[in-house]
Amino acid sequence: MNLSFLEFEQPIAELEAKIEELRNIGSDNEINIDAEIKRLETKSKAVTKSIFSSLNAWQISQLARHPQRPYTLDYIEQIFTDFEELHGDRRYADDVAIVGGVARLDGRPVMVVGHQKGRDTAEKVRRNFGMPRPEGYRKALRLMDMAERFGLPVLTFIDTPGAYPGVGAEERGQSEAIALNLRVMSTLKTPVICSVIGEGGSGGALAIGVGDWVLMLQYSTYSVISPEGCASILWKSAGRAAEAAEAMGITSTRLKQLNLIDQIVEEPLGGAHRDPAEMAKRLKSALVDALQRLSATAAPQLVAARYDKLMKFGNFKVA
Amino acid sequence: MNENDTTEIRGTMSWLQKLLPTKINTEGSKKRSIPEGLWTKCEGCGQILYRGELERNQEVCPKCDHHHRIGARRRLEAFLDAGNRQEIGDEIEPVDALKFRDSKKYKDRLSQAQKATGEKDALVVMQGQLLGMPVIAAAFEFRFMGGSMASVVGERFVRAANAALQNKCPLLCFSASGGARMQEALVSLMQMAKTSAALARLREAGIPFVSVMTDPTMGGVSASLAMLGDINVAEPKALIGFAGPRVIEQTVRETLPEGFQRSEFLLEHGALDMIIDRRELRQRLSGVLSILTRRPAITSP
Repeated sequence: MNLSFLEFEQPIAELEAKIEELRNIGSDNEINIDAEIKRLETKSKAVTKSIFSSLNAWQISQLARHPQRPYTLDYIEQIFTDFEELHGDRRYADDVAIVGGVARLDGRPVMVVGHQKGRDTAEKVRRNFGMPRPEGYRKALRLMDMAERFGLPVLTFIDTPGAYPGVGAEERGQSEAIALNLRVMSTLKTPVICSVIGEGGSGGALAIGVGDWVLMLQYSTYSVISPEGCASILWKSAGRAAEAAEAMGITSTRLKQLNLIDQIVEEPLGGAHRDPAEMAKRLKSALVDALQRLSATAAPQLVAARYDKLMKFGNFKVA
Repeated sequence: MNENDTTEIRGTMSWLQKLLPTKINTEGSKKRSIPEGLWTKCEGCGQILYRGELERNQEVCPKCDHHHRIGARRRLEAFLDAGNRQEIGDEIEPVDALKFRDSKKYKDRLSQAQKATGEKDALVVMQGQLLGMPVIAAAFEFRFMGGSMASVVGERFVRAANAALQNKCPLLCFSASGGARMQEALVSLMQMAKTSAALARLREAGIPFVSVMTDPTMGGVSASLAMLGDINVAEPKALIGFAGPRVIEQTVRETLPEGFQRSEFLLEHGALDMIIDRRELRQRLSGVLSILTRRPAITSP
């Protein structure tokens, strides 16, 4: 697999290139270079470990947007069985920046909803870079409402730069679509588990992010505005995005400390894209556990607990 | 989000000014040239107005009906009946939990805004009466960091909703906000969920919520509490939307249609129930609310 490395991963990239080179030589040469390859592999692993042990917020946000990072449909394929995609908001269109449908998690019927980015250029455009229009949120709402009526737990997957800022989106009520999801999700009488798998971009992310249990993959991000957006407003320069990322505390570790999310799912060494199967396995196990726990609670208590959790968000003093 | 939208709004204001008929077109010369306090220039028609007259008219230009921004406290004073008003949630004050610092410390931005506005944060809530009907009314203070929503705004709004629930009386909110406040980061985003959840409870209890969107109502405030009214109202020509016009322009790379994201545009696209002149809000909203709460008609004195 030809991994594309990020800038801060260059030392790893160099080692991997050397290993690759030796392998090519090895195949048409008598000399045994296995020992050397092994040595370099160990070194590469150690370097990766060292680099990944002290990533800053900006590096993590690059990982969250990594072009090879697994997307919602990748996880759906690996985690669930019997997935049937359901389309359309019944009002205007089918927005493919959000996908959803019925599926089974370890045999158990569930409803799945998530943002979907595209892999190649054509699909990126078709998926609108994972930026939903109101139709996307209304499709999500329709599926979540259906889930409630048929007693299916809702599992959402968050991975978006944000809701699409376009003329049509505004005309068709982007704000209202997001707002309505927030209100309805807060009272859904079924377990709701939200997983941030890549970029948790602002209101466009939260619109499928109100739940009983919110988990984040280790190198995903969740923020009120993109680091670039924040930097261009507060520092008057998008180039200061790294500082903005740090100041906002958009990483899973920071958000867990602040009690804004419930759980971090650790990623394989080097990030989810290095070993998508392992990542899916870990995420699945976290989802199965969470679902089992939440299923033990009756719907009214579940909704009450979700409400209390939402009400606790905020830092203030009482004079 | 907040300051971005604020600058955009200023940008569009001048764009809007160019569209409006002007009697005295003195582009570029701001109201600074006019003696502070006594006279002011209408942002709509450019007419020089006597400050006292504008104030008596709730900051609406008597010549062209342009709605200037109005402070939260003055808004509520003008909207609610005189006397019998009680503030809710004023004991809730902001803290800088993240120790956020950009070019300035958040802590300093807060104290600066507090000094400039006399408010502790960007939302003021009052329990009072509207033509004799008990109501809870909240208003955003735009001059406080662009009316941005963070912990205190969220908490005060929830307390307003809870008071409406307890007293079984309608809730009204006058929005004027650039969106979520960046300095409280994800905590600000979560206020969208928090306030929307509180409104879900009102809805279940059959208590009406009237959202009055004033200039501007953008971003996270628009995409949560402001759009969730049983009745969605706007003042004339207010800028209302999710993304700021400049962000959209950069994305679609074309000039935006005339009147885009203004109240009239939203009404036409079905997002609003009605546009009401500030000076008629009391009368018309009390009429609607008395019907929704099945009270006898109010006979105006």
